[in-house]
Amino acid sequence: MSAVLKLDGLAKSFPVGKRVLGAPRGLVHAVQPVDLVVQQGETLGIVGESGCGKSTLARMLVGLLPPSEGTIEINGAPLDNADPAEFGKKIQYVFQDPISSLNPRKTIRQVMEAPLKRLHGLDRAQREKRISEIFASVNLREEFLDRYPHEFSGGQAQRIGIARALAAEAKILILDEPVSALDVSVQAQVLNLLADLKAKLGLTYLFISHDLAVVEAVSDRVAVLYFGSVVEVGRAEDIFRAPRHPYTQLLARSAPVVGRALSAPEGKETELPDPLNPPAGCAFKARCPRATEACGQSVPKLEGDAAHRVACFHPLEG
Amino acid sequence: MQFLSLIARNRLAAAGGIVLVIVIALALISPLLPLPDPDVTDTANRFLLPGAEGHLLGTDHLGRDLAARLMDGTRLSLAVGFAAAFFAAFFGAAIGIIAGYFGGRTDNLIMRAVDMLMAFPYILLALAIVAALGPGLVNALIAVAAVNIPFFARNIRGVTVGLANKEFVDAARLAGLGHTRIILTEILPNVIPVIVIAMSTTIGWMILETAGLSFLGLGSQPPQADLGSMLGEARGALITNPHTSIVPGAMILVIVMGINLLGDGVRDALDPRLRSGALTRPMAATQVRRKGPVPASDDAEAVLELQGLQTQFHVKDRIYKAVGGVSIKVAPGECLGVIGESGSGKSVTALSVMGLVASPPGVITGGAARYKGEDLVGAPYDHLRRLRGDRVAYIFQDPLATLHPLYKVGDQLAEAILVHHKVGKAEARRRAVDLLKQVRIPNAQSRADSYPHEMSGGMRQRVGIAMALANDPDVIIADEPTTALDVTVQAQILSLLNDLRRERGLAIVFITHDFGVVAQLCDRVAVMYAGRIVETGPTEAVLDAPAHPYTARLIACVPELGGGRRRLEAIPGLPPAVDRLEPGCAFAPRCLKAQDACRQGEIPLEGPGAREVRCLFPETELKSEGVA
Repeated sequence: MSAVLKLDGLAKSFPVGKRVLGAPRGLVHAVQPVDLVVQQGETLGIVGESGCGKSTLARMLVGLLPPSEGTIEINGAPLDNADPAEFGKKIQYVFQDPISSLNPRKTIRQVMEAPLKRLHGLDRAQREKRISEIFASVNLREEFLDRYPHEFSGGQAQRIGIARALAAEAKILILDEPVSALDVSVQAQVLNLLADLKAKLGLTYLFISHDLAVVEAVSDRVAVLYFGSVVEVGRAEDIFRAPRHPYTQLLARSAPVVGRALSAPEGKETELPDPLNPPAGCAFKARCPRATEACGQSVPKLEGDAAHRVACFHPLEG
Repeated sequence: MQFLSLIARNRLAAAGGIVLVIVIALALISPLLPLPDPDVTDTANRFLLPGAEGHLLGTDHLGRDLAARLMDGTRLSLAVGFAAAFFAAFFGAAIGIIAGYFGGRTDNLIMRAVDMLMAFPYILLALAIVAALGPGLVNALIAVAAVNIPFFARNIRGVTVGLANKEFVDAARLAGLGHTRIILTEILPNVIPVIVIAMSTTIGWMILETAGLSFLGLGSQPPQADLGSMLGEARGALITNPHTSIVPGAMILVIVMGINLLGDGVRDALDPRLRSGALTRPMAATQVRRKGPVPASDDAEAVLELQGLQTQFHVKDRIYKAVGGVSIKVAPGECLGVIGESGSGKSVTALSVMGLVASPPGVITGGAARYKGEDLVGAPYDHLRRLRGDRVAYIFQDPLATLHPLYKVGDQLAEAILVHHKVGKAEARRRAVDLLKQVRIPNAQSRADSYPHEMSGGMRQRVGIAMALANDPDVIIADEPTTALDVTVQAQILSLLNDLRRERGLAIVFITHDFGVVAQLCDRVAVMYAGRIVETGPTEAVLDAPAHPYTARLIACVPELGGGRRRLEAIPGLPPAVDRLEPGCAFAPRCLKAQDACRQGEIPLEGPGAREVRCLFPETELKSEGVA
């Protein structure tokens, strides 16, 4: 195993309240410095609720957003010029909404040809051959190539999205909520296809989702994001069964599970902290049953052994 | 071709189009017609009236043939108008796309410059341009085009800003396309309809502006005729020989009217929002055309009872059987889960109860929906309106879409109360705050003065629930109320709903696609597929031992937390389209156990007691009540 993707202190902040001259009124730290290493052939799941920065993180990884700080390394080579075309050959993105990620006025063939032509400079015959290969591998019929996106169901469109990502021949795929727009019966088809492709092509996945059960089912390791920071990283089979961060535990308990009585794991009001005015110390402390004074004084660091790391002063027993 | 047929259906637009085609055809073929030379003067025969020998429309003050000059002038005016529109659209669109695509500082600089252009009165600007360039038709054309560029630039910029953030543009960047290629191949094709719409509605205006400049002597120079200069020359004889003014004037009227009518038609046909029927206002209640007899009520205890309800969508010559005979009932204090995938008809079933399915195209074609035994299908609108939100209330998936963005939530709640109760404003307000407290919104008093956008998703959904509770209804129909929420918030909303129904004896119909949610909240569950219920029974029994293969496989393909890494049991294929349902079981094409018998005839929903299944070869034999 070798590290294919390494994030070192990667962070993003957005200025708010821009003024014509002078500094903006404030900065929103969408992603706090993140250190993560993804191994060759691994699926790293990233879970978090809306507003936790998971999409911002994903967009930085493919060069759609320039990071404010930190570096991205792919196979040991730094990539910091935020040029999607440069990123595109190494790392690709599968979008959440399969239909809106396809240009409504382009045929599927035109969509598929773009990366082959622009990233790899293939000629017409080579493109034809590659498209046939890719379409066969995602179980799509070639007659689809001359149709327009609106003629497809969500599941088919998502296969096309995956096919497009494969055409770039990147070995790392960022899957941003790839199945959350799909019906449950189709969701399983796409997840299985992704697993097959990974085994066959030796891909590495970053699987972003808000659905804990899906992430658990597809991932080797899972990172939990809260308020722009990674609060816990661990093996998929452990992290929700034996969470160490109180937030992970809250997530796991909130997920509706057949055979478990309905309960609100949190009695009190739960609002995310104000991003313009972030609290001192741990961002979760206002919601945390284990919070003490120490939690308000400094931000806990992500610590632990290689298999399980947690950012908490009072972690639960795993 | 759909575009042409849409235009043809709009009679005014078609009439405008026909008039315009005739005018353009006449103008184009006029050099071939046996008309005199338009520029030859013949002062002996000046001011001849229309119908005079050899001069169909008479002659002007220099004795030139009016018909010939009119055709010549029309050709010129049309050419200048179209050319001006084309240039304005070209440069305006280019500016708008660049500003909208790059955004930030580029956008700011360009758009402020455009704003400055717009700040001048347009005719003054046009005059200034012509004054600087000197009179002449080409210069008038430049002036008119320049004056109209800001209109296009602003229009196109707005559309481009929306497109530039679309996922397909990101995807194109990741596929290695540069800015120029993205603009030309991704943005432009999606902007062209907007450009065409803007052009079609402004060409008429530009022809008028050119005519105005010519009228002032700044456009075409004598002896060349265009419609504006013809009017200008005829001005001196307006009283004595009105026909010299009326002829070009009437032509301008005809052209501009024709273009504007056609332009409006083009806009209606091209604008996706208008095409999807935004202009056809739905009726206040769903249309009812029941064919069979109305079934009699057979359960006095149920507060809400649907009996063989059928709702269809009639779109052109297709009939979509969205709900194909659904029977469910809920007793007070009971929670019924309705589970199904998109297109299974679960939402349409819910909306049909109160006649909320948009008509056209929705039609209720059979069955009954009874509230306390009284059939609501086909009930008079006034009666339905009294019950809606009062006795039967809805909670929808997206509270941001159902709350009015411009009113404070407290006022919206108070309005919901005032509609059904004769109470004072202060009393309504007090009740509204009370409701916010009941749905556990902290600081209810001050939160009542918040606007929907100031609240988080979970808070807004609480307001949505408070709205549903406003008149203490008997039944709440909740359509995926927690799907858009985060898990931690979902858990709170579900437990809130659960407490409310126990405290108030509410009957809840809970529509969802999530088995976990159904398992935690609902007493009974009905599984829908292709518009029909395929299985129903007590939640625990159905989830523990699903009888219908669809239920069993749907449960199997949803990962459950705690199961670890695994391969999921996918269901191959897609749900059927409800406009082409085959006889027999709708699930048969995807079912591993399907046999010939499954593809024939009607398969009934039957079983002992509370559990029923619509399957010839169920997964488990259903036992009668009490034995299990």
